[in-house]
Amino acid sequence: MNSIEVKNLTKKFGDFTAVKDISFAVAAGEIFAFLGPNGAGKSTTIKMLTTLLHPTTGEIKINSHNPVTEPDAVRHSFGIVFQDPSLDDELTAWENMEFHGVLYDMPRALRRARISELLAFVDLTDRKDSLIKEFSGGMKRRLEIARGLMHHPKIIFLDEPTLGLDPQTRNHMWTYLQELNKKEGITVFFTTHYMEEADRVAQRIAVIDHGTIVASGTSAELKARTGKTTLEDAFLALTGHVIRDEGASAAEGMRNMRQMWRGKAK
Amino acid sequence: MNTIYILWLRQLKRYFRSRARMIGSLGQPILFLVALGFGLGPIYTKAGGGNYIQFLAPGIIGMSILFTAMFSGIGVIWDRQFGFLKETLVAPVSRFTIMFGRTLGGATEAMLQGLVVFIIAFAIGFRPVSWLTFPLAFVFMFLIAVLFTAFGTALASKLEDMQGFQLIMNFVIMPIFFLSGALFPIEGTSTILSTIASLNPLSYGIDGLRGVFVGAQFSHFGLALDLGVLFFVTLVFLALGSYLFSKIQI
Repeated sequence: MNSIEVKNLTKKFGDFTAVKDISFAVAAGEIFAFLGPNGAGKSTTIKMLTTLLHPTTGEIKINSHNPVTEPDAVRHSFGIVFQDPSLDDELTAWENMEFHGVLYDMPRALRRARISELLAFVDLTDRKDSLIKEFSGGMKRRLEIARGLMHHPKIIFLDEPTLGLDPQTRNHMWTYLQELNKKEGITVFFTTHYMEEADRVAQRIAVIDHGTIVASGTSAELKARTGKTTLEDAFLALTGHVIRDEGASAAEGMRNMRQMWRGKAK
Repeated sequence: MNTIYILWLRQLKRYFRSRARMIGSLGQPILFLVALGFGLGPIYTKAGGGNYIQFLAPGIIGMSILFTAMFSGIGVIWDRQFGFLKETLVAPVSRFTIMFGRTLGGATEAMLQGLVVFIIAFAIGFRPVSWLTFPLAFVFMFLIAVLFTAFGTALASKLEDMQGFQLIMNFVIMPIFFLSGALFPIEGTSTILSTIASLNPLSYGIDGLRGVFVGAQFSHFGLALDLGVLFFVTLVFLALGSYLFSKIQI
């Protein structure tokens, strides 16, 4: 069974076509990397998969549900870790998890049990009553993974999950995710700019550029196809060496402001 | 609904956990009360207006509710990029529920601030006509709080980042406050000023508070009109806020 099925998906913003007729599938229990340069259409695609945007044309099936017509069913079936932390700084780790549980209609006893279980899984049990603003970037990311998994989704989406993290934390994170993938068969769909990670961890990869899928397959297949030895070189071969300049988005501006206001805590 | 409750609870927890913000936001109301109350008081009395502190206190209570409510609503801009709000947008919960819970929470925050200002005003000599006025006063305070939290949320749903905040502060919040009869009686002012004041929803809120706390004879528009207008405009802003909030794209 396929966790994610995308058929002829297109998204236009006025005159601009961000995603052009893409099709791909992710099997249940797969670790799938969705790679692409800046502005390629990655975020737009993910937003459509996660019910945040409606496609212009095309079909999406997440665990056999359609995000447009059955958004709640789809939402129950996935968890997501965004690029920017979506935790509440002035609440504790426990409270953040608790709120998530309520949002996903989990009964109290179940909530409590899962929170303890997942906090232990990501080694944050001793910090359960600390405020998030005291957490480092890595701890926040771990907590977000724990939170995203609370309602036992079948898929977890991760948008640049290891951005800005130190090697130990990155390693830990992938260890958790791989363990989870093996034990529970959860599908992992992630984007990243760290090619060595994608190479090491992903079972299948799709590369998107200018709104279309330029290649998909295993890391070995992509390397063979481009005649390169590393995934990074294969990626560059597929997408070119030109730097993609993006305009500073409003989100970028706010991230900068946040750095400024928060000082050294990430 | 559980979700509305936790969103409400979340706003309150954040409020109580930030001592600095709580106390800091009392600075301006206290300053206005004391500086204007004792400063302009004597001349106001001499001009035949009576006790200025009695007149002013409802205005300043309204001021603190206005500011707290708007800031809370506008916080959506930040929240949706970096906070819990983003989480709620992918959760199997309707946007309306989220907005409603958040608005109630923000409004409660604003009311608590209003109450604190009331206590301070009381400490410097403000005396409501009777303690029985409290329930009705709460209604007015609540309506003002909900109205402006919803208004702030509506604005924040349209803005992309904090740049617009300065504009809103100076061209929306400040005029609403200054031209609402909070600081000076509306009757007797020029047509322009009184027209603006009668188009300003806060005017009805403060007028109502004043009428309830100090006596119906001090109400410029009449308590019934105050309540009616406030109620209606609050509903409009709630609807507008919900609609715009449901259209947020992150």
